[in-house]
Amino acid sequence: MSSDGDWGDQGYSAWYARVSGVGSSLAQAMIVPVLAVLTALIIGAVIIALTDVDTLPLWGSDPAEAFRLTMDGIFNAFKALFLGSLGSPRAISETLFAATPLILAGLAVAVGFQAGLFNIGVNGQMLIGGMAALWVGFSLDLPAIVLIPLALAAAIVGGAFWAGIAGLLKAKTGAHEVITTIMLNFIALFLVDYLLKSSIYQAPGRNDPISRPANVAAQFPRLLGDHRLQIGFLVALAAVAFVWWLMYRTTMGFEFRAVGFNPDGGRYAGMSVAWVYVSVMAVSGALAGLAGANQILGLEPYRGISNFSGNIGFDAIALALLGRSHPVGVLFAGLLFGALKAGGREMQGAAGIPIDLVLVLQALIIVMIAAPELVRAIYRIKTPEQEAGTTMSTGWGS
Amino acid sequence: MGPFSRLGKVLTGEAGQTRTAQRTPSVSRASASEKRLTLELRHITKQFPGVLACDDVNLTVSEGETVALLGENGAGKTTLMNILYGLYTPTSGEVLVDDVPIVMESPSDAIAAGIGMVHQHFMLVPVFTVSENVVLGDEPTEVAGWIDQKTARDRVRTISARYGLEVDPDTYVEDLPVGSQQRVEIIKALSRDANFVIFDEPTSVLTPSEVEGFFKIVEGLKADGKGIVFISHKLGEALEIADRIVIMRRGKTVAEVVPKDVTEEKLAELMVGRPVDLVVDKSESKPLEVVLLVDNLSVLDDRGQLAVNGMSFDVRAGEIVGIAGVQGNGQTELVESLTGLQPSMSGTVYLGGEDVTTKSPRAIHKMDVAHVPEDRQRSGLVLPFTITENIVLDSYYESPISRGVQMNWSEASDRAERLVEEYDVRTPGINVLVSTLSGGNQQKVIVAREFDRDVTLVIASQPTRGIDVGSIEYIHSRIIEERDAGAAVLIVSSELDEIKALSDRILVMYEGRIAGEFDGSASTTEIGLAMLGGAGEAEAS
Repeated sequence: MSSDGDWGDQGYSAWYARVSGVGSSLAQAMIVPVLAVLTALIIGAVIIALTDVDTLPLWGSDPAEAFRLTMDGIFNAFKALFLGSLGSPRAISETLFAATPLILAGLAVAVGFQAGLFNIGVNGQMLIGGMAALWVGFSLDLPAIVLIPLALAAAIVGGAFWAGIAGLLKAKTGAHEVITTIMLNFIALFLVDYLLKSSIYQAPGRNDPISRPANVAAQFPRLLGDHRLQIGFLVALAAVAFVWWLMYRTTMGFEFRAVGFNPDGGRYAGMSVAWVYVSVMAVSGALAGLAGANQILGLEPYRGISNFSGNIGFDAIALALLGRSHPVGVLFAGLLFGALKAGGREMQGAAGIPIDLVLVLQALIIVMIAAPELVRAIYRIKTPEQEAGTTMSTGWGS
Repeated sequence: MGPFSRLGKVLTGEAGQTRTAQRTPSVSRASASEKRLTLELRHITKQFPGVLACDDVNLTVSEGETVALLGENGAGKTTLMNILYGLYTPTSGEVLVDDVPIVMESPSDAIAAGIGMVHQHFMLVPVFTVSENVVLGDEPTEVAGWIDQKTARDRVRTISARYGLEVDPDTYVEDLPVGSQQRVEIIKALSRDANFVIFDEPTSVLTPSEVEGFFKIVEGLKADGKGIVFISHKLGEALEIADRIVIMRRGKTVAEVVPKDVTEEKLAELMVGRPVDLVVDKSESKPLEVVLLVDNLSVLDDRGQLAVNGMSFDVRAGEIVGIAGVQGNGQTELVESLTGLQPSMSGTVYLGGEDVTTKSPRAIHKMDVAHVPEDRQRSGLVLPFTITENIVLDSYYESPISRGVQMNWSEASDRAERLVEEYDVRTPGINVLVSTLSGGNQQKVIVAREFDRDVTLVIASQPTRGIDVGSIEYIHSRIIEERDAGAAVLIVSSELDEIKALSDRILVMYEGRIAGEFDGSASTTEIGLAMLGGAGEAEAS
């Protein structure tokens, strides 16, 4: 008995369809993220001003001078942020280098969102995928042209397998993927620690959890001389193109999106919802696995260490939201976060602003993305529903 | 709204005036000599972004009068009533009780002004008793906040005795049939001293005999001096019950008539804006071979209860078989089982002689079965998808809509263009999200998708629920076309009128069984009786 416009009890999925921007037009999808970033930067400037301990007392005695100094501080901070991320070939290399795993992991989350699944387990899938790639990377003695694709394939299989477990559990038992992927994160974390101390992986002569290094042939070749940017970034670009093609040009992507919006509709249309859940998680995990491989074969010391995925799997959620779950959106969001990371280091060094400010900026962006009404309220933007009106055409004309 | 708006009302003195107006005990007003209160909507306009839902609407209802508000879905009836009940604030215009404007910002303002509403979807707490539901929001309490159950029960008894609204105050609402739940809603409205009661589509959930009971209740309320607003799209009921009929179309009141001056045809024309064929034009059926054969089928529902209990019937090529029945008697499970969405417990389903009992939805779809599902928004459509995407929702995997793993979007767009044209879907374009279409156009998208091939069997569940008269007319004619083209058609509907209009044969479902079989010309009374499980059990509910 649902009346027109009633979304039934899909409250949760409706929320993240809205928040993740799935299904909205390009202009609508862009407006909130862009304004969120802008607002975050403004708030960041205010924070810089308020934490400038040397200048604060001056406001009482010499406000003009205080204002000048504060503006200087803000200007210097943003200048450092800019120079550190885009100001030199090295800076650009650092930005793209930092963006690479973020883009891959962000795509993993975005694919899940598009199909109505919330993959929180990207970290775990990165760990398993990365370990699989590492094993290929140090045990096979092959030329780079063969070895690197093999290692990437191993990462894909490893990540897909680990995420596929969660997909299978959801398909067969209805277990919610948020719970199972979080639990699988813990299992992966400790499994990797265990493997790193086992004779298969552990570096000879070491007692701590650290693996032997990958063969030189397996290490991702750099793209800009000595700068750290390596071919992982090209893999990420290829992944963006692949995900776009998969989601919008293939029957499989059509099924993913249909089931993501409306599982009942998918079932009615003859799709196997269980199969979709398993395959979506597998695709998502495969992308996460590539991010994991990048974190071992793409940077020094080219070894597995404890929790080498770091926080990337969680940054990826923010990124997918910021990128509105669209592969191109994720690419830009990844570049932005990469730039903040690279520029943040410069800002800390040159302007003396702690790099934690970057984390604050990222967090502010995420808060505003997750609560789009906040941004809409600040800038008095109408919601897409309000713009479209309730119905475009009523029934039937006279 | 907050404390300040309330303060504002006190300051302007409006609150005080309305209070005194409505606090007059309703008992004393039974005498006709006393002045009758009037509820008036004056120049109400409600602008939603992009849509003018109500456009300078005027409506008055006096105590002791029944006004029917007729209109198609989307005509603005519900918006108007939501304004009257304080759920929306009008863009301009005002609500007056006895010529005193009321500040209407929430339902509690409406209740204070003596307006009660019985919603289409009941707002009851199923695990509470009748009396608990009635006092909810205005509970008589004892020491320490305990609910005074005795007073609560007495309130219910007083009102039910006075208006003949029989219901046991101590029954849990979830155990009550729908008709009785509606009575609880009415009692609830009356217990807040409502002088005016608004009924939103009150008969849509009732069986024919319950509808009669409901009409008696309305007569009783009217005799006691209540003003009634009856919102409906059912012409016959409006003619039967109303003193005056107000017709809305596209946000405007287009006519106000007295029942004795009009016919159903005239009302339909006013509602739609052009002459409408109320009688479905259809020739004698020529049933041929059996297409669908259901043998002793039993199906469990989600909770593991037996929903379909050993049903056997057949549907032949070239005939329309209608399954009538009050909703929730196993129709949903029957259809889901026939279309492969839900496994059956026992029994066999044959399609063209082939056993399809355990076939998947896709396999059944591939056998040229068209399925118009019961709930178009829940399962028939993917709302955030475009029309094109919805048109290919169940054929995307086949050539020519896909080639190998890739979608062929230009082919899909061509098909969508063609079907939008052919099935008269009113839309700015094929790349519009279906969520922005009206219910009737959404349903046409489904019908277009399902009928666009050589169909051997049509299974249509509630094919016209909640859509406008024009779309109903159109979809009915399409269904008959399919029959005439040689398809077997199974219609499941809780609208008896629809079943009667379309069916060549009628089966009545009651508690998972076939409670009666009639030919297309059987009377409403006969079928209505069977809908309650036959003569013997009619008294029980």
